[in-house]
Amino acid sequence: MISSRNYGITAFAFIYLGFLYLPILFLPLFSFNDGVIVAFPIKGFSTRWYSTLMSIEALHDALWNSLRVAVSTSILATILGVFGARAFTRYRFPGRTALTSFVMVPLVLPEIIVAISLLIVLIKSGVGLSLVSVTLGHVLLCMPFAMAVLISSFEGLDQSLEEASFDLGESAAWTFWRVILPIVAPGIIASLLITFTISLDEFIVAFFLAGTDPTLPVYIWSQLRFAARLPSVLALGSIMLFASFILLWLAEMLRRKSQARSGRSGGII
Amino acid sequence: MTSIPAEKVATDPSPARPRTAWRSSDAAKGLTLISPPVLFAIALLAIPIISTFTYSFWTQDYLVVDTTITFANYYQAWTEPIYRLLMTRSVVVSALVTVITVLLAYPMAYFVAFHVRERQALWLFLITIPFWTSYLLRVFTWKVILGFNGVLNSGLIWLGLIEEPLDFLLYNASAVIITLAHAWAAFAILPIYVSLRKIDRSLLEAATDLGDGPIRRFWRITLPLSMPGIIGAALIIFIPTVSDYVTPALVGGPDGLMIANMIQVQFGKANNWPLGSALAVSAMLIVTILSLTFVIGARRFARSAR
Repeated sequence: MISSRNYGITAFAFIYLGFLYLPILFLPLFSFNDGVIVAFPIKGFSTRWYSTLMSIEALHDALWNSLRVAVSTSILATILGVFGARAFTRYRFPGRTALTSFVMVPLVLPEIIVAISLLIVLIKSGVGLSLVSVTLGHVLLCMPFAMAVLISSFEGLDQSLEEASFDLGESAAWTFWRVILPIVAPGIIASLLITFTISLDEFIVAFFLAGTDPTLPVYIWSQLRFAARLPSVLALGSIMLFASFILLWLAEMLRRKSQARSGRSGGII
Repeated sequence: MTSIPAEKVATDPSPARPRTAWRSSDAAKGLTLISPPVLFAIALLAIPIISTFTYSFWTQDYLVVDTTITFANYYQAWTEPIYRLLMTRSVVVSALVTVITVLLAYPMAYFVAFHVRERQALWLFLITIPFWTSYLLRVFTWKVILGFNGVLNSGLIWLGLIEEPLDFLLYNASAVIITLAHAWAAFAILPIYVSLRKIDRSLLEAATDLGDGPIRRFWRITLPLSMPGIIGAALIIFIPTVSDYVTPALVGGPDGLMIANMIQVQFGKANNWPLGSALAVSAMLIVTILSLTFVIGARRFARSAR
């Protein structure tokens, strides 16, 4: 049903999509360029920027820091999200909407406000700055995303399954472990992946709270000043681009599987 | 913003028990379950924000913090030209980014919602992929593209279109606007798409049957009904971009710096946390007031157009 006046909007859609992708595609393009200056014309194909990455120790430390923070963040945020989502979808209690909205507030707060507020409290209470403080900040930022994903996953639960389990003599804890958890497992894994990705990429809070242990984005930030380091940064960026693409693709597959299980269409978007 | 799904009324699992007792136990279970995330948010959100607020009324002289309550920081933040300039620029740049991004995102969302038949999920996936790459690198790429010896200039010279590099591309407010309009595009497209998808197609047919042309139909049906998506998109972009730190720092240059950069300076080099707090609270206040005004205005428009 393509009428003549649809061509305009179709052309626009493709051009706009191109605009969204073009800058991203420069990362891999120039990461394989055999030259220090990031400019046209392309000098030739080289993988040397990728091999230099192997020898930068500060980068490896930063990556290791980021991975530890991201793994801890995703587990903590998802556990807290499971509590919140379960409470919201299963029980009626006073302040249900207000309390849930309160947990969601970090979504609508400028990140720099979150960062400086945490900085003040952590310094003044004597806790100090470390990867632990970065993790705490990231859990706060990731909790709303975990909640949103998990609420949509818990909503598909058929309560009669739970009742059947009770009738057959299972305790509440065992029912959660053996009946509910397997059904919402894809949602939980999707939440773990999404919060992991957000934490891995988060810059501002880490920038303010990292202290002497930089995470990967904080390390990259420190390298952006040096022109000679640019191509290696582009190589690193290309690897990260590829990695986040794989993670998201996995998350999307799991989300679809979870929806197929609970028999619903639509999703978080 | 993530919308909280419609309430689901839990059905009573054991009707034999007295209703009030069941209710109270249900309430107790719900409150117990939700308390871990709520307590976490109180400890790491409510208390820190209150601390920032308190700090903004104190003063600091080098390392000594004077806890006498004063409005001096706010007076400074709202009267000194440099802070006024940065605040105004932040709001103007962010408002322009919001308008441009929504104007570009709307036709895209419209295209996916109304013209793509089979592969809507694929289109949405394609739109979101670029936005899951590192924010830092996404912004940084624009510096590489727009720079004096950057990709765009070198490409144009290589193609023989220009002789000398163009120097007005990078390090100004326009570079910040272009970069942000790119960085936040998906956050505008998705909510608008969702609201367009929700429109009951029979309303559009009815409008056509009653003699509305395509433009009138769009103005009276599609646009007002997609207003929640537009409002959502505008807020999702406006709120974080006003206080974006990375983009002005990387591509803004001295003429493109915004309020977040100044807040960072106050917490870093200048070491004046109270003033930094006052700037942050002021920014938060301005963002809140402007957002509320916008939401009310947009809702009015949606109602009057119908």
